[in-house]
Amino acid sequence: MAFFGFAHGVHPPEEKELTSGLPIRRMPYPDEIILPLRQHAGKPATLCVKVGDRVERGDPVGHADGYMSVPIHASAAGTVTAIELWPHPDGSMAQSVHIKVDKYALQMPRPRLVPRWEGLTVEQVVKAVQEAGVVGLGGAAFPTHVKLAPPKDHTVHTLIVNGAECEPYLTSDHRTMVEYPERVHFGCRVMMHTLGVSKAVIGVEKNKPDAIAALERAKPKDLDITILPLTVKYPQGAEKMLIHAVTGVEVPSGKLPVTVGVVVQNVGSLAAIAEVFDTGLPLIERIVTVTGHGLKRPANLIVPVGTKLKDLLAYCDGVTPNAREVINGGPMMGMAVSNLDAPVIKGTTGIVVLTSDEVRGETVYPCIHCGRCLEACPVFLNPSWLGDLARVRRYQDMADEHLSDCMLCGSCSYVCPSNIPLSQLFQASKVALRRIQIAGAA
Amino acid sequence: MNATNLIVTASPHLKDRDTTPRIMWTVAASLVPVILASAFFFGVSSILVILASTAGCLLTERWLGRKDALRDGSAMITGLLLGLSLPPGIPMWMAALGGFFGIAFGKAIWGGLGQNGFNPALIGRAFLQTAFPVAITTWPTPGGDFFALKGDLFAFPFMSPQITHVVTSATPLGLFKFEQKLTPIVDLVLGTTGGSVGETSAVVILLCGAYLAWKGYLNWRSPVSIILSVLVLGQFLHFINPARAAGGLFHVFSGGLMLGAVYMATDMVTVPTTNRGRWVFGGCVGALVVVIRVYGGLPEGVMYAILIMNAFTPLINRATQPTVFGTVKLKEAK
Ligand code: SF4
Ligand code: SF4
Repeated sequence: MAFFGFAHGVHPPEEKELTSGLPIRRMPYPDEIILPLRQHAGKPATLCVKVGDRVERGDPVGHADGYMSVPIHASAAGTVTAIELWPHPDGSMAQSVHIKVDKYALQMPRPRLVPRWEGLTVEQVVKAVQEAGVVGLGGAAFPTHVKLAPPKDHTVHTLIVNGAECEPYLTSDHRTMVEYPERVHFGCRVMMHTLGVSKAVIGVEKNKPDAIAALERAKPKDLDITILPLTVKYPQGAEKMLIHAVTGVEVPSGKLPVTVGVVVQNVGSLAAIAEVFDTGLPLIERIVTVTGHGLKRPANLIVPVGTKLKDLLAYCDGVTPNAREVINGGPMMGMAVSNLDAPVIKGTTGIVVLTSDEVRGETVYPCIHCGRCLEACPVFLNPSWLGDLARVRRYQDMADEHLSDCMLCGSCSYVCPSNIPLSQLFQASKVALRRIQIAGAA
Repeated sequence: MNATNLIVTASPHLKDRDTTPRIMWTVAASLVPVILASAFFFGVSSILVILASTAGCLLTERWLGRKDALRDGSAMITGLLLGLSLPPGIPMWMAALGGFFGIAFGKAIWGGLGQNGFNPALIGRAFLQTAFPVAITTWPTPGGDFFALKGDLFAFPFMSPQITHVVTSATPLGLFKFEQKLTPIVDLVLGTTGGSVGETSAVVILLCGAYLAWKGYLNWRSPVSIILSVLVLGQFLHFINPARAAGGLFHVFSGGLMLGAVYMATDMVTVPTTNRGRWVFGGCVGALVVVIRVYGGLPEGVMYAILIMNAFTPLINRATQPTVFGTVKLKEAK
């Protein structure tokens, strides 16, 4: 089975059974919606409303600023009450539009805002997807339309769909595959059309047999879509690991997947493409797994983008007394949230509340060279050695040791018995290195 | 809701349950059967020797190490291993002095846990070997009354010990080297031969090591490669000159080889970090052991073989770095 997995990696406790069996439910509209203009990779949207404006559900509040950007839309009808710097889930402050939700509005969609896709040219589909504000829902929030039109100097032969969902706790992709397999396939169809490929492979970790079965059942007859069960291992869903598992090819260090002829998209994003063409509404809500042993009532919820984390947790009956850390995203790569006023944004895959038993201890011991991090690193780095270099700030040497190939998956920190914050050091080193490089270039 | 007790840390937010102290203490605990076995063969003397060396190590670590350095358990392991590598009749003050030397010069001056280049227990033993060559090569015969001392354990420091009433005998390796007498393998495996405190029962050591390897606290690659290399090279030399070199199995089961291979060549700090490096390390240690035993002036070479290879560890590490994902093609293209 080595072909469907990768060497190394780790096995953190999955903890998915908290929510994997719970059907997706819709969360009621909160009283206030906060829409940061920066919710995606690339340029933030440019503001197009002012305080006092009335917006309907689906109206844009910010336009795309160029090709590497997408618009932001109001996720509920109401009135713009403020435009100000507000806590962003990534810990910074970001320009955000506040909307007081109109309690009496029916929140019904207006007439179709996104055109039907049948009969559109590739360019028109790409444009429609951009105007619908669709971004990758797997966490990085990369604008989807950019992936629909890969650079012309490469030929793409396969669309790889990421249904691995290897982060512990998270089940939003899992539930999407179980409950909306047609949407996944529909999204596949749209992407295969724009990419001009005839072959798609959906990789799903073997611990989700119901998802695999649902996808198999809903598979369209006229498309060449393969559903590939993957070994359960973290980080199976990392782009390069997934490509290796599916094609057996290693993406060259420092290169994009398209150099080996594949494009990777995650299942949630495909379902989102399908949804916008289906309902005619732009991307204004998403499926979020709200879970953790520190939460009273875990759930998979359809949440309007812009809902405050505070309201989201309150809807799940709040946190337990031993709750210690709230994570935006999965516990391996997600970010701890410092302010629960921050909103759910397009890239929010899940909110995980960890208890005091689960969070990392504070005592750090010296590296004992046990070699566990080497056996864990999916890209075969030597985290122990990189850690030594990071501590003495030899950033240039770290670059020579392939720091750029580190994908900050956290496997090394997870296994280190001495509790050395390896990937945290690497994150900081990457930032420092970039600063050095910019200074050197100037 | 109350958000005041929330913390904010960098990802990953989860951590495997194994910690360095847990690994170290488990390794220390796994030595208990080995100690019991040696008490069975040498009586109370072996316990006293181990106590003395361990006390020397712990006190020194307490004195020179990090604050609460004792909690991580590594000094405990050093003390137990040093004790196990000494003859059961050695005066206790010498054992304690060895412990002091091992921790002070084998570990503390390097910067403490994780920083040392050489195995501290072996540093301590090497010091004793140089300072007290007679005491450390006086091997009492196993068996006899449990409470009968195997030497002048309570000798005062720097007084010549009075070893009058103890029966001593050469170790199997010495017997072969100097008298060409071959000890039956069965005796070696079971441990009913003369030797240091823990150099006795190969079976017990192997079982304890297997347990650790199963728990994931011991990397099996170095012991396996050492044993294989000793077996093959030993057998080969035996084939060439049976009078000079004993067989491969004899080498594997005699002397400190088992203890060294299972517990000292697996000290994570001083052996290579990479798995390929561990194979290289083990293979070289095995070869050195056989060469020293067969051609060297000493009957035993495990200690020196491991110490020598410790010195090569950084080099082996550099040479056996794993190939980074996605770089194979790049190199070919160059
Ligand atoms: S965080 Fe980087 S170094 Fe650590 S395991 Fe992941 S890829 Fe390897
Ligand atoms: S896992 Fe931690 S202690 Fe072990 S080698 Fe890596 S950094 Fe060192």
